Amino acid sequence: MWEWLSWESIKDNVLADQFGFSLLLVPVLFGVMMLAVAYSVLAERKIAGWIQDRYGPNRVGPWGLLQPIADGIKALMKEDITPGHVDRALFIFAPWMIFVVALVGFAVIPWGGAFRWPWMDESAEPILAQVASIDIGLLYILAVASLGVYGLVLGGWASNNKYSFYGGMRAAAQMLSYEVPLGMAVLVAILTTGHLRLEDMVLAQTGFAWTVLFHPAAALILFVSALAESNRTPFDLVECEQELVGGFHTEYSAMKHALFFLAEYAHLITGSAFIVAMYFGGYLIPGFTWLNESSSVWAMLARMLVFGGKVAAIIGFYMLVRWTLPRFRFDQLMRLAWKSLVPMTMALVVLQGVIVYTDCSQWLALPGNVVIVVAAAVVGARSGTPVTGRQQSLMRKEATG
Amino acid sequence: MSDWRKTDIVNVDQPELTAAERLYVPQVLGGFKTTLRHFFRKRLRDETVVQYPEQRRVLHKENYRGVHRLNRDDQDRVACVACFMCATACPAGCIHIEGAESPWPDREKYPARFEIDELRCIYCGMCEEACPVDAIELTPKYDLVGRSRKEMIFDKETLLAVYDRTKDDKPRKHPAITGYVRLTIDKD
Repeated sequence: MWEWLSWESIKDNVLADQFGFSLLLVPVLFGVMMLAVAYSVLAERKIAGWIQDRYGPNRVGPWGLLQPIADGIKALMKEDITPGHVDRALFIFAPWMIFVVALVGFAVIPWGGAFRWPWMDESAEPILAQVASIDIGLLYILAVASLGVYGLVLGGWASNNKYSFYGGMRAAAQMLSYEVPLGMAVLVAILTTGHLRLEDMVLAQTGFAWTVLFHPAAALILFVSALAESNRTPFDLVECEQELVGGFHTEYSAMKHALFFLAEYAHLITGSAFIVAMYFGGYLIPGFTWLNESSSVWAMLARMLVFGGKVAAIIGFYMLVRWTLPRFRFDQLMRLAWKSLVPMTMALVVLQGVIVYTDCSQWLALPGNVVIVVAAAVVGARSGTPVTGRQQSLMRKEATG
Repeated sequence: MSDWRKTDIVNVDQPELTAAERLYVPQVLGGFKTTLRHFFRKRLRDETVVQYPEQRRVLHKENYRGVHRLNRDDQDRVACVACFMCATACPAGCIHIEGAESPWPDREKYPARFEIDELRCIYCGMCEEACPVDAIELTPKYDLVGRSRKEMIFDKETLLAVYDRTKDDKPRKHPAITGYVRLTIDKD
C-alpha cells in the first residue's frame, strides 16, 4: 500500500516530473529567499560600515553573522502595538501584502536552467530548475510587482494619520510613475531577445549577446526604475526619518514593521534577479560550454551559483548607490521619471523596434543608445531643464545690472 | 538717491551647473569612486576604529573630567574643610555638604555629610577649580553605571572610595595642604 512512497516512485513522480519538482522547489526557494532577505540586511549594514570607515555589526557572531537571528528574535519579542485609531483590517493586511508580493515574483526566475537527473535517459524532457515556467513570465512579474503599491497605500491610509497618509500618497505616486520607464525598459529587452518567457530570454543571450551590451542606456534606466520601485535611496523620500518620521510605516511596530522593512529588501532581491535574467545573461557565462549547456545536476547547481553571484553583485551595486547619492526631492523625482526617463525609453523602444523590423544587425543598437542619451542631454541643456530633473528655480532669470 | 553702490551688492545665487554636471552621470561615477575607495581601505578602518570595550581611547588623564573624588591628606583623613566653595560654585547645584566641628586638632571644620548627585552634575569642573585645599578632583573614570537614581547620589564614603581606586591612576595634582591654624578662643 505504501509503494507510492518508495524511492522508485519518488524518482519518477516527484523528481523527474516537472510539477513534482516545482512543488519540491517551492519550500526550498522560500527558505533560501528568507535567508537571503535577512542576510541582505546584514550585508547592507556591513557595506554601509565599510564605506563609512567603520565596521558594521561584528559583535553577535564572527563578522556579525548571527546578527539577523538576533534581529529576528527581537522583532518577534517586541510588543506589537495596534493603535486604537487605525483601520484594523487594512492595518494588518498592508505589510502582509507588500511582503507576499515581493516573494511571489521569485517563482518565474530561471535559476538553474534545464537539467536531467542521472536516471533519466537522454530522450526524456529535461526538468527546469524553476518553480514555474510561464509563457508570459515577464508579464507575470510586472503584474505582481505592481501590486506592491497597494501595500504602501493601504499602510498609509490605515494609519489614520496625516503624515503617514501623505507618505503613502507620495509612495503611490512615485511607484506608479516609475512603473512606466520600468515597463518600457523591459519592453526593450523583450524586443531584443524576442521572448517573454524568462528562460528563453536567458537562452537567447548566449555568447556575448548580453542585452546590456546592446542597450546600456536601457539597462541603466532599468536600474534606476527598480531603485525607485523598491523605495530605496536616493528615492526613499517617502520613508526616510528626516521627512515624515516613517512615512507610511510610522505607526507599525515589531513584526509588522519588520515585514515592511524586509519587503524593501525582498523587492530589491527580486528586482535584481529580474534584471540579471533579462539584461545580464542569467546564468550564462560566455565561453564556459560545460556550464552553459550541460544538463547534469552539477551543472544545474553551478548555474544556480552563477546566477546567485550575479544577483549578489547587482545588490552590492545598489547598496553602494545608497551610500553615495543624496536623496531626491519629491518634485525632482517626478520630473526625472516623466520628463527624462519616459521620453528616453520611448526613443529606445522605437530604436529597437526599427532594428527588429528592418532585421539589421543588433549591434546597431549600441550607437543608437549613445545617440539617444546625447540627444537627451542636448535637449535638456537647451531647454534649461537638466536631464535629471534637478531644477534650480522656476523663476525667470532677470537681467542683472 | 540711495546711499549704496553697485559694488555693495553680492550675488549669492546658486552657481549654474555646467553641462557635464547637468548630465549627472559623471558626477555619480565620481561619487562611486570615492565610496569604493573608502570601501577598500581596510588599513584606515583598522587604524581608526576603537573596538570598545576591548580597546579604549587614550585620555588626557590630567584634564579629563569624569567622576569626582574626595582626596585624602597624608594622614588618610578627608582633606575637605567644608568651606562650601564648591557647593556655591556648582552651576547644577548637585553638591550638598553638612559641615561639623572636626575631630582633629589641626583643622577647624570637616564635612559630616558630603553628597554629590552624579546624575545632576554637568561635569564642568568648577568645583575642582574652586576648592582652596584641592580636596575635590575629577578623575578619568567615565563609564559609570547605576541601577537607580538613589544609587547615583555619591556620599562621602563613596567619594573617598573613588579616591582609593584612582589614586594610582591619577595622583593628586598638588600635595595635601597641612599645617592649618586652628583658632581657639582663650578662655579666661
